Amino acid sequence: MTTISAEPAAPATPASTLDLAGVSRWYGNVVAVNDVTMRLGPGVTGLLGPNGAGKTTLLHMMAGFLSPSRGEVTLDGMPTWRNPEVYRRLGLVSEREAVHSFLSAYEFVLASAKLHRLSDPEAAARRAIALVEMEDAQDRKIGTYSKGMRQRTRVAGALVHDPQVLLLDEPFNGMDPRQRLHMMALLHRLGDAGRTILFSSHILEEVEQVSGTVQVMVAGRLAASGDYRTIRRLMTNRPHVFRVRSTDDRALAVALMAEESVTGVELGRDGLTVQAGDYGAFTRALPKIALARSLRVRSLTPEDESLESVFSYLVGS
Amino acid sequence: MSTVSWITARGLFGRRRFLLLLPLPALLLVLAILSRSLGVDPGEWGPAVLVGLGLAVVLPVVALIVGTGVLGAEIDDGTVVHILTKPLPRWQIVLPKLAVAAGVTAVTVAVPLYVAGVLAHSVRLGLALAVAASIGSLAYCAFFVALSLVTRRPVLLGLVYVLIWEGLLGNFVSGTKVLSIQQYVITLADRIAPTGLLTSDVSVPVASVMSALIAVGFTALAIDRLRSFSVAGETS
Repeated sequence: MTTISAEPAAPATPASTLDLAGVSRWYGNVVAVNDVTMRLGPGVTGLLGPNGAGKTTLLHMMAGFLSPSRGEVTLDGMPTWRNPEVYRRLGLVSEREAVHSFLSAYEFVLASAKLHRLSDPEAAARRAIALVEMEDAQDRKIGTYSKGMRQRTRVAGALVHDPQVLLLDEPFNGMDPRQRLHMMALLHRLGDAGRTILFSSHILEEVEQVSGTVQVMVAGRLAASGDYRTIRRLMTNRPHVFRVRSTDDRALAVALMAEESVTGVELGRDGLTVQAGDYGAFTRALPKIALARSLRVRSLTPEDESLESVFSYLVGS
Repeated sequence: MSTVSWITARGLFGRRRFLLLLPLPALLLVLAILSRSLGVDPGEWGPAVLVGLGLAVVLPVVALIVGTGVLGAEIDDGTVVHILTKPLPRWQIVLPKLAVAAGVTAVTVAVPLYVAGVLAHSVRLGLALAVAASIGSLAYCAFFVALSLVTRRPVLLGLVYVLIWEGLLGNFVSGTKVLSIQQYVITLADRIAPTGLLTSDVSVPVASVMSALIAVGFTALAIDRLRSFSVAGETS
């Protein structure tokens, strides 16, 4: 399996960077994470992979809850393992972590603020609770909350010290659609504000809606990293599929078959489905062909640039 | 009270297993009051109630429930991650938890032992039992808190220590008494109030030094293990 790199542009504002250098983790004979190297900077990144791909193990190593069997995980140069100081800059919302059901959300977040030794823990707690829109229920015991409300409370607890890096393991689990949209908007805002946000998910639509940048784990290895649309374009061994509609689809189909970058054309009722071996060559050639035949291209839509198709190619390869 | 102590105490009293603490001390009190009110000779019921029930069962079992509850229960349900993701040196987590555990155990056990000691002999015996039980609470809790971090079955291993090592082997293999917190407590109580009701098998220096060593050694072990705490290896 080859790793395809399409790193996003450098962040506009200086922020924390999480580095993994040749990180592996094994349990006996089972290799959970295999030689992963990645750098996470500001913005929202989705950690994507099927169940058992090693996402949680990787997140636990990033958060200092698991020692790498080989390699090193550092946050701004500091190792995360056996180093509680990293939690000044890092917040974690793990998948399994339960919340103290005997506390209210306010008490829970306030306790987090006090444990961080913040100068004004009450104000920090109120700000974090407002961020996740839990003001109305903040004085009720957490034991009475829905799963989504507990999840938001945990996010508030992880955000109370305004960390530069936030790691979330399957953050949308148990949330209803409205809460999901709210959480997505929150992650967007944090990413836009220069925070380094990494969230894991095995649900493609979630990742696609929250982040264009992905780290794709398959069978313990980092299969791809970067913007998934760019990753798709780098997959030159797979033809790109376009949907084309024009003033005369049949004439355009005949003309396209003579074009070297086109490997197949299918004429359908709602236009042409074109397979192109070379993304750049095809998109440059199409306007010239249309112009030469006096045709007008009404629409050109890439059909397999979705995260789903990128993911299925990576997992299937 | 530190935030860690506050959360620990709320967690301890907020869980149903806390109710398990109540029947044994109550039984100790009831037996002592019954024996005294029925006019039974303290030489007959004293050793059985004070040592056989109080120091051999109530003290270690309460310490086991509390000691494994302050950290082990949080590890079991995952809430420990909340405290561990804070920039706190790990000793600032272990020491408050140990203090809460030892304090709760001492109060739960020392009060009925004090009353039973007074009923059996004198206020001095009551005080001696309360003081020795408090020292024992610290040693037992340090041991059980450390056990929570070295094994996933701290209650089972703790019960093996209390029932097999102290309870069974202590009666047949005299050497095991040197490594028995129960014996240290008996020796210290007997040293403070020599009454003839308690029979000690280890010397006072051994009991004092070993109690201190166990408390300090297992606390240090717990701190070190918490520094390297790993979340169980899920690979989803």
